Amino acid sequence: MLEFAVELFSDYTARTILLGAASLGIVSGVVGSYAVLRKQSLVGDVMSHAALPGIVLAFIIMGVKEQLPIFIGAALSAVLAVFLINLVTSNSRIKTDSAMGMALSVFFGLGLVLLTYAQKMPDANQAGLDKFLFGQAEALVEKDVLIIGVTGLFALLVVGLFWKEFKLLCFDPDFGGTMGFSMKSLDLLVTAVIVSAIVIGLQTVGVVLMSSMLIAPAVAARQWTGGMGSMVILAALIAAVSGVTGVALSAGFENVPTGPAVIVCVSVIAFFSVLFSPNGFFTLRFKDARSRREIKKDYVLKALHDLALEHDDPGYAHSERLLALGSEKGFNVRKSLSQLKAAGYVERAGEENWRLTPSGIRQIRELSPLERSG
Amino acid sequence: MSSGEQSPAVRVTDLTVAYGDKTVLWDIDLEIPIGSMVAVVGPNGAGKTTLIKSIQGLVPRVAGVVSIHGKPYEKQRKEVSYVPQRGSVDWDFPTSVVDTVKMGSYGDLGWIRRPGKKEHEKALSALEKVDMLEFAQRQISQLSGGQQQRVFLARALVQSASVYLLDEPFQGVDATTEKAIVRILKELTDGGKTVLAVHHDLNTVSEYYEQIAILNVGLVASGRVDEVFNSENLMKAYGGKTSFFPERKSSRRAV
Amino acid sequence: MSPHQFDIQLLAIIVAASCAIPGAFLVLRRMSMMTDAISHSILLGIILAFFLVKDLSSPILIIGAAASGVLAISLIEAVNRARLVKKDASIGIVFPFLFSVAVILLSKYARNVHIDTHSVLLGEIAFAPFNRLILSGMDLGPKSAYVMGSILLLNLLFISFFYKELKVSTFDESFASSIGFRPRLIHYLLMAVVSLTCVGAFDAVGSILVIALIVIPPCCAYLLTDSLFRMILLSVVFGISAAVSGFWVANWLDVNIAGSMAFVCGVFFLMVFLLAPQRGLFGIMREKRKQRMDFAEASLLVSLYNQERGESVKNHPDSRSMFRSADFASKVVEFLKQKGEIAVAGGKLFLTEKGRERVRTTVEGR
Repeated sequence: MLEFAVELFSDYTARTILLGAASLGIVSGVVGSYAVLRKQSLVGDVMSHAALPGIVLAFIIMGVKEQLPIFIGAALSAVLAVFLINLVTSNSRIKTDSAMGMALSVFFGLGLVLLTYAQKMPDANQAGLDKFLFGQAEALVEKDVLIIGVTGLFALLVVGLFWKEFKLLCFDPDFGGTMGFSMKSLDLLVTAVIVSAIVIGLQTVGVVLMSSMLIAPAVAARQWTGGMGSMVILAALIAAVSGVTGVALSAGFENVPTGPAVIVCVSVIAFFSVLFSPNGFFTLRFKDARSRREIKKDYVLKALHDLALEHDDPGYAHSERLLALGSEKGFNVRKSLSQLKAAGYVERAGEENWRLTPSGIRQIRELSPLERSG
Repeated sequence: MSSGEQSPAVRVTDLTVAYGDKTVLWDIDLEIPIGSMVAVVGPNGAGKTTLIKSIQGLVPRVAGVVSIHGKPYEKQRKEVSYVPQRGSVDWDFPTSVVDTVKMGSYGDLGWIRRPGKKEHEKALSALEKVDMLEFAQRQISQLSGGQQQRVFLARALVQSASVYLLDEPFQGVDATTEKAIVRILKELTDGGKTVLAVHHDLNTVSEYYEQIAILNVGLVASGRVDEVFNSENLMKAYGGKTSFFPERKSSRRAV
Repeated sequence: MSPHQFDIQLLAIIVAASCAIPGAFLVLRRMSMMTDAISHSILLGIILAFFLVKDLSSPILIIGAAASGVLAISLIEAVNRARLVKKDASIGIVFPFLFSVAVILLSKYARNVHIDTHSVLLGEIAFAPFNRLILSGMDLGPKSAYVMGSILLLNLLFISFFYKELKVSTFDESFASSIGFRPRLIHYLLMAVVSLTCVGAFDAVGSILVIALIVIPPCCAYLLTDSLFRMILLSVVFGISAAVSGFWVANWLDVNIAGSMAFVCGVFFLMVFLLAPQRGLFGIMREKRKQRMDFAEASLLVSLYNQERGESVKNHPDSRSMFRSADFASKVVEFLKQKGEIAVAGGKLFLTEKGRERVRTTVEGR
């Protein structure tokens, strides 16, 4: 594997391909952040599927496998799908999710119809069109990478120029509108930028999985950072690393299509982040459990103290059963007691009975200054 | 409107707004004098938020004209600053308090230009006014409801406008924040600014505001609180649906 | 029509009907994109189960694969529980991952077997009838028709047993749980049914185009009726018609059948969207025009009424925007004259008694 990697990086063709994968990653990481922050992750999914008929139609009309017409065809049909979704949702009771589902499946269906039609054409190179479904990075040549680079630079430039406007659009579009920015034009611009990212991912990742290349890096990055700038940069980094790794894996093993390989890499990073980041699933679970444990401990401590106050003897011992009486089902009093014992706040007084230690009494008085009484 | 006499801060004429086949605002005429602090009250669905939004052209008007200091809103956009409802945005958005406040300067900057040191200073001084300076670098997701509202107010202060439109600024905020917001709004009106706020709590109207507009699709009444904020007008707006009837000269104070 | 063509259409009808039934609820629950997630995710289940049983129409495969759909849903919900991941993003990262793993497994280990990446996308309804159910030497028809038929039956049983539970929990989840209907359970049952349907339909239409058959027919029906029961019925009708006509279009152009069905579904929706009697785009535009007219009429009548009573006669600085143009204004006047609500005398407009009545009832009563 290592040998292979060395070989890969020293080879000119391989370098071209990896450069393409890295630029694609940077662009989709940056652009995808906007899709995610605008809660439009699935729109990316629809757009990438919807690009298929445009690709095939461009091929049928031009008759050759020219890159530029195919890119333009893909972009146009993706934008048409978004336009139709807006048309349908703003003029009928159909909700956005249904409109998206319809647009995705109809455009993709049409794409497959056209694909089967194109494959019957005399000099149709079947493999050529097929690679747009699941991506095939090995087919990238210098010219493709150049187009990827130029389109990507355009997208990054737009994001850089309209940084603060895009931020307004994502965070508070109504407020942005009152300050004289046309949110409609900005919406269009963001869509254009997302479409350009999708288009340049077509050859490497393919239409079926391109949406994940937009969403997953942004989701992963969001888990680790609280700033928009840092999120965008981190997303770009994650996507670039996954892109390069995925392409290398796909080239290193036989019969592994590039798109799925890249998506597996980026998804693994995303899942890891969602689970283990400071705001992640497990971390939150852990924090929750800890605070619940603390509250329970305090509760038991206070219950002991209250009972003791009734007897005018802070060190008065009580049975475990009496303590459990007033508490919710599933509240394991014994567990809390043994935790308190480990902290030195309570001690056993006989088989079933417990009492506060002097440090436990100090602790409870510190805990609740209001409860302090004579 | 000759330039000799002073135009009102906000003048709304014949304002009518409809969503689909539902009329939300019907033929509203409203004049808000400069330097006043006005409560917009009315039952749910009376069109209070719609009034605030349609003044700024955020919802399309079927008919009507809005002028700010005698000129159409479209030419006076910079004179108006807007504090939307807190719930209208996603507070998990990745940004810090000072960054959010800085957004208030975006309008003056115009397209493409970035905020710089000057805007940063402005944002900090606005944060100081709302007592939030120590939270400047904090994530907005870590704020309480009252703190979120202060951030929104600070963002509006940065705009250095002369008319402030607030949508339920006291919704779900703590007592300290409520007092602080009232203090800041009073300072604004004392300084000749105009404040128009959608208000829910009828108990505090007389305490906080001098002027009131009572709304229920149409304008039920508008004017000085001690003149129009009476049970007759409230009955008209709320029907029997409110138990609050202010008595003349009563000085009910809510805590 | 050859027997083969008959078999294909029979299968298409069964698939379309089974998809449309749960589809109605998905659309109403705003969960259409969950279909996208399920239909992608089940591929992994199908492939893993296929490695085990080596038979695409085996009940074990179908149930195992359907379980993977439900698993994907719970995975999405778990990811969504991390505070910083919104719902749409959690859908968007889970299913492409499962799908990618499936495609890699497929390309790497399942080459030259019954399924490949092509059939995943294109479906193989044309080949499905070749696999026949033969009992003691008797040809009882295509095997997949029986499999899909059982799924259809199950879907029918599901909605007839849980009709009111589904209805209530779709409309108002918290109310449903307050009367003890357990909406979470209903949710998972529905997801299980959808997964099962997707797995069953996989053979025929592949894993992506099944979305069309699940989502589009109910959307067509949704624009035509207000009754849930009729909506389900109409969905089935639309689904079946789209499937059959999709087959003939594909036959005629010699292209992929599943893709053509999806496309015909889209054409059906477009027609309904434009032409539906009340909710169609053309109908809405007509309605809007009527509303604008009503509004202008009312405005004119009210201002005449106010004038008549000597009440605050305002000059309308914006009457132009209300009446848009002089043309429109004279049209409004003409209309009101025809209705007998205003009269013209000496170049001035006056309210008739009928017009006064209209002001009182419609505008004042507001």
